[in-house]
Amino acid sequence: MSSAETAARPESEGFKIRWADMAPFIALAVIVLLGALINSNFMAANNLMNVITRSAFIAIIGVGATFVIATGGLDLSIGSMMAFVVGIMIMAMNALAPHLGVWALPVGALVALVVGSLCGLMNGLIVTVGRIEPFIVTLGTMGIFRALITYMTDGGSLSIDRSLRSAYRPLYFGDFLGVPYPVIITAVIALLGAFILYRMKYGRRVTAVGSNADVARFSGVHVGRVRTMAFVIQGFCVAVAAICYVPRLGAATPTTGQLWELQVITAVVIGGTLLRGGKAHIWGTVAGALILEVIANVMVLSDMVSEYLVAAVQGAIIIIAMLAHRFTSAR
Amino acid sequence: MIRPPTDTEGAPAAPETPVLHAEGLSKAYGPITVLSGVTLDIRAGEVHAIIGENGAGKSTLMKLLSGHAVPTDGTMAMAGAPVAFADAVQAEDAGIVLVHQEILLAPDLTVAQNLFLGRELSRFFAVDDKRMNRRTAEVLARVGCTARPTTRVGDMPLAQRQLVQIARALLDDRKVVILDEPTAMLANDEVDALLGIVRSLRDQGVAVLYISHRLDEVEALADRVTVLRDGRMIGTWPAPELDQRRMAELMVGRELSMLYPPKRGLATAEPILTVEDLSVDHGKISGSFTARPGEVLGIGGMIGAGRTELIEGLMGLRPAQARAITLNGTTIAKPDVETMMSAGLVYLTEDRKGKGLLLDEGIGPNLTLQALGLVNPGLRLDRRKETRTVKSTVEEYDIRIPALSITAGQLSGGNQQKLLLAKVMLADPSVVIIDEPTRGIDIGNKSQIYRFIDDLVRAGKACVVISSELPELVGLSDRVLVMRGGRFVAELTGEEINEQNVVYAAASSGDDTEGRKRA
Repeated sequence: MSSAETAARPESEGFKIRWADMAPFIALAVIVLLGALINSNFMAANNLMNVITRSAFIAIIGVGATFVIATGGLDLSIGSMMAFVVGIMIMAMNALAPHLGVWALPVGALVALVVGSLCGLMNGLIVTVGRIEPFIVTLGTMGIFRALITYMTDGGSLSIDRSLRSAYRPLYFGDFLGVPYPVIITAVIALLGAFILYRMKYGRRVTAVGSNADVARFSGVHVGRVRTMAFVIQGFCVAVAAICYVPRLGAATPTTGQLWELQVITAVVIGGTLLRGGKAHIWGTVAGALILEVIANVMVLSDMVSEYLVAAVQGAIIIIAMLAHRFTSAR
Repeated sequence: MIRPPTDTEGAPAAPETPVLHAEGLSKAYGPITVLSGVTLDIRAGEVHAIIGENGAGKSTLMKLLSGHAVPTDGTMAMAGAPVAFADAVQAEDAGIVLVHQEILLAPDLTVAQNLFLGRELSRFFAVDDKRMNRRTAEVLARVGCTARPTTRVGDMPLAQRQLVQIARALLDDRKVVILDEPTAMLANDEVDALLGIVRSLRDQGVAVLYISHRLDEVEALADRVTVLRDGRMIGTWPAPELDQRRMAELMVGRELSMLYPPKRGLATAEPILTVEDLSVDHGKISGSFTARPGEVLGIGGMIGAGRTELIEGLMGLRPAQARAITLNGTTIAKPDVETMMSAGLVYLTEDRKGKGLLLDEGIGPNLTLQALGLVNPGLRLDRRKETRTVKSTVEEYDIRIPALSITAGQLSGGNQQKLLLAKVMLADPSVVIIDEPTRGIDIGNKSQIYRFIDDLVRAGKACVVISSELPELVGLSDRVLVMRGGRFVAELTGEEINEQNVVYAAASSGDDTEGRKRA
């Protein structure tokens, strides 16, 4: 190990394909191919667009989760937080609708972004200032957010004002030049995430903190601040997903976003981001979200396996992905 | 220039077959050959030292012999019968055990629980603590460890933990014990105790393979010495034929120039750093000192004297308070990392793997982590500038890497240390504090590091060096402060700086050599 060096000069880096980094994309391609073989309807443009659009939520939240996980954290509260933010946003929009009309939508969306970021900030501060394991903290806030949305909906559902529906509807169902808005929003969020992670100083520090927090601290990196910020980014992404989610069903219920945290973490991990931190793959996360949705879709389309088993297959996928990772990276 | 080995090859067959014989052992990782054609005899009841610079292939050889890695070529035989190990467990079953340099013990378990971890003794399906504790006590006595079997390992000083680690290796009868730099973490008196233990193992008929950077230990201990250089075997010599200088020359393959640069004499400039009554860990450790531009201030003392803690407190890396800290004209009330670094103070940790470098990251991210703001003034990373900085720094500090994509963890200790030094120097400090500048690195890199220190001091910076290696402390420092029990007890200048004075000041009262509680 220590002697894997020679006196050779540092050579300029050639373009090298790292197979481990490509794995999620290859897996996605293989699954798409299988889908095409199993059912001809799968490759219909209509169906494909539908699948991509539906994966948007997991992908958007996953971009935030990539940050949290890359710093060595974990956020279990995202699904409940999503529901909570949806609830707050609907309440804000409904309250504002009589005064602002359609303008209640952008103001409500802004409220959602602020509330989401604040929820993330709260998670982050409890983790860093309180020095408690992120797993425990977000397990706690997961329960809190879930209870709050149940309370806000009074156990039933909280619907958006009828006057706003038609104006809001296109955000999920509409498209720009044939590309649905959620897909565009996902692309923008992923691009932003990739820029922050790979091109900004903050991104470099995220990886450093996740890789070895002590090294980062001894190098003058404010570890707590970096970690907290990752949770804020996560909260912001959750809010963006919430904004896209509302026009789809038009209501918040106590089960909104339930178990999304597991799907999101699955997407991040099969995307190649290390759960222990230090390696982050934004585009892998997006591919991961697509893989989950495509598998669900293929299963629904095919008659071979009951669609009730979708979660089982997705669960198997994460284990298989990890095993594959173990075997490809073993020396 | 170098005499051929006077031993083993060509000589009439040894009267007894060696416990372990390796023939033409080679190891390559992909296209990079790290060890080629090593032929080696290890006999029962001898201490066989392996020396060589970092990167010479010592660690690889150890891994091959102990089953932690599989050779790409070559054969091994034990007592004449060919063997091949697929993993470390097979090697241990055959009687070969490697004691790692790093302490690999579970801190929350007791000594006995650690010793029997994975091979607990049981009686009627229940763990037999009584028998395990008794066996543990026996083995501990064998290695001269005073700890009780029921002590929690996390509560023990580092030196004792090292002994526990050796004890674990000896729990079952071993024919060959490989010690990888067992003294790297120990203070001088603890080293002496350890050498005694190694001798007693040898007298019990165990073959000891001893890897160390401390040539004085090798000279004092070894019966035979094998020298590796650049992955090749230079030869095996009976120890009496080699003195330390000769060993060093064989390791580097050239005559050694002066290891330490000439001293600069006592600096007279106004202090650039003044620390008054710094109190760390609630007063357990405290001290006042100054550092002047153009001087190397050495801080000596036993391990556990509180040197590292004091400096970590000064850097704001652990809770600390001070009456006054003045750095570059700035007065700092309460130290915190960011303030200290932006005021021009940097600290090179002694723990380069745990706290210094991101082992899984490449050279670039490691190098610029501390000076990220200086290299990239905006929010964005300036990749072109970064690459340029990395390339020029790698050249300036002679960091030897096959490609820029190599990770820090793949570098040898010496290159890691140079990378770490380059990393903190990139932050453009005026005071550099280096904790154990050459721990675990070879002689060639050592002299380079000393030259870098000399250069930066001559450029008008101040350098504070914490060192447990006495020749280094004495050879480098223009002024030495000695710490004992968390306080400065002596200041030495000029002719007063010698090993005897440092040792006397560091250890004149015996109650504080117990070592630190936490690693």
